[in-house]
Amino acid sequence: MASYYESKDLAKFSDVGKNQPELWNKFIAWYIEATATEGALTKREKSLIGLAVAHTVQCPYCIDAYTNQCLETGANMDQMTEVLHVTAAVRGGASLAHGVQCRNIVEKLSM
Amino acid sequence: MNFEATLGKHGLHLKAVGIETLQVNVGKLCNQACKHCHVDAGPKRTEMMTKEGIDRCLAILESFPAIRNLDITGGAPELNQHFCDFVAGARALGRHIMVRHNFTVTLDPHPVTGENMEFLPEFFRDHGVEVISSLPYFQEKETDAQRGQGVFEKSIESMRRLNELGYGKEGSGLLLNLVYNPVGAYLPPAQEAIELQFKEELKKRHNLVFNNLYVITNMPINRFRHFLERADLYESYMQKLVNAFNPVAAEGVMCRSLISVGYDGTLYDCDFNQMLNMPVSNGLPNTIWDFQLDRLAGRNIVFDSHCFCCTAGAGSSCGGTTVK
Repeated sequence: MASYYESKDLAKFSDVGKNQPELWNKFIAWYIEATATEGALTKREKSLIGLAVAHTVQCPYCIDAYTNQCLETGANMDQMTEVLHVTAAVRGGASLAHGVQCRNIVEKLSM
Repeated sequence: MNFEATLGKHGLHLKAVGIETLQVNVGKLCNQACKHCHVDAGPKRTEMMTKEGIDRCLAILESFPAIRNLDITGGAPELNQHFCDFVAGARALGRHIMVRHNFTVTLDPHPVTGENMEFLPEFFRDHGVEVISSLPYFQEKETDAQRGQGVFEKSIESMRRLNELGYGKEGSGLLLNLVYNPVGAYLPPAQEAIELQFKEELKKRHNLVFNNLYVITNMPINRFRHFLERADLYESYMQKLVNAFNPVAAEGVMCRSLISVGYDGTLYDCDFNQMLNMPVSNGLPNTIWDFQLDRLAGRNIVFDSHCFCCTAGAGSSCGGTTVK
């Protein structure tokens, strides 16, 4: 296998439902409702959140899909770049926040 | 990727239902050379409708009151030396006149004659013209990336002049509609959502107003097709259009209610067919010189794969989405 990730494979996503169509249909109906409809959040806002999560889980398919969805809902690169910084900051902040545990352990162990 | 087969699969056989609009492309000369232009328009183009052609279009309007609208496009149509006579003639006939105006033509000198074009906003107002202007985004970098450096700033200044005359303002009767199209190989957003965003941003940033925003999908022909091919995106873009085929959008395609006239007087189902040199066919009269409304009004339309562009998602037309 040349690569685990091929962009053309994104179009095969629905193949995952072939052996359990009922489960797939429930998933996809919920997925579309959650990510691609106007609600208390606009579709554009949901797309930007999806872009953040896509970068958090570092899924190339999701990054491709949500980058397109952001553009197709009128988001611009300034907004998308801010999303990337929010993603990185929250991830980095989570690492630093766990430093409290490190400090707690050191305090406990130290004389 | 056969468009007519796709229509057939959905039980659709689309024919024209009448001709409400005469859309006339008066020439390919333009002061801009936008990267996505389906006309390949620019400052060096020389194709231009003659006075005889324009007089013939006016005669058609006079003969057929059922054709209520005149939609003038180009290039930058204002650069045709007979443009003002065309508008004045159609106004005298009581037609609703739409001009596909690129904003910057008001501020740039005529690319051939050097003539000052700053009279245009007042001319539009005095003749009750509906102004339809492309503005692909409410920010400079996206707009200039598609339409050329400095275009956004000039567009804002030109729009301000139109606003000062009442264009885009409630109750003025002077319509200023904007056209959004994606700055790249992706589909446009929902029209209502992006219109709201444009209204908020243009008001907040520049204190500018307009009436409606028309969303148009980029047509994969000429310059935009070349971009897609250079970026190796043509196949994936076409597949995106095919996947997004919407039979409801298909029923509202603009070619069913308008006819397009080329600078040389040839008749087409739309401006896109015009650029692909696909005139109305099936033995129908296909120039303004032998125009017969009764034979053209219910004509079969000439389709090809580019038509998927007008049927994707909520649809696309010169008046925006076709699914309202």
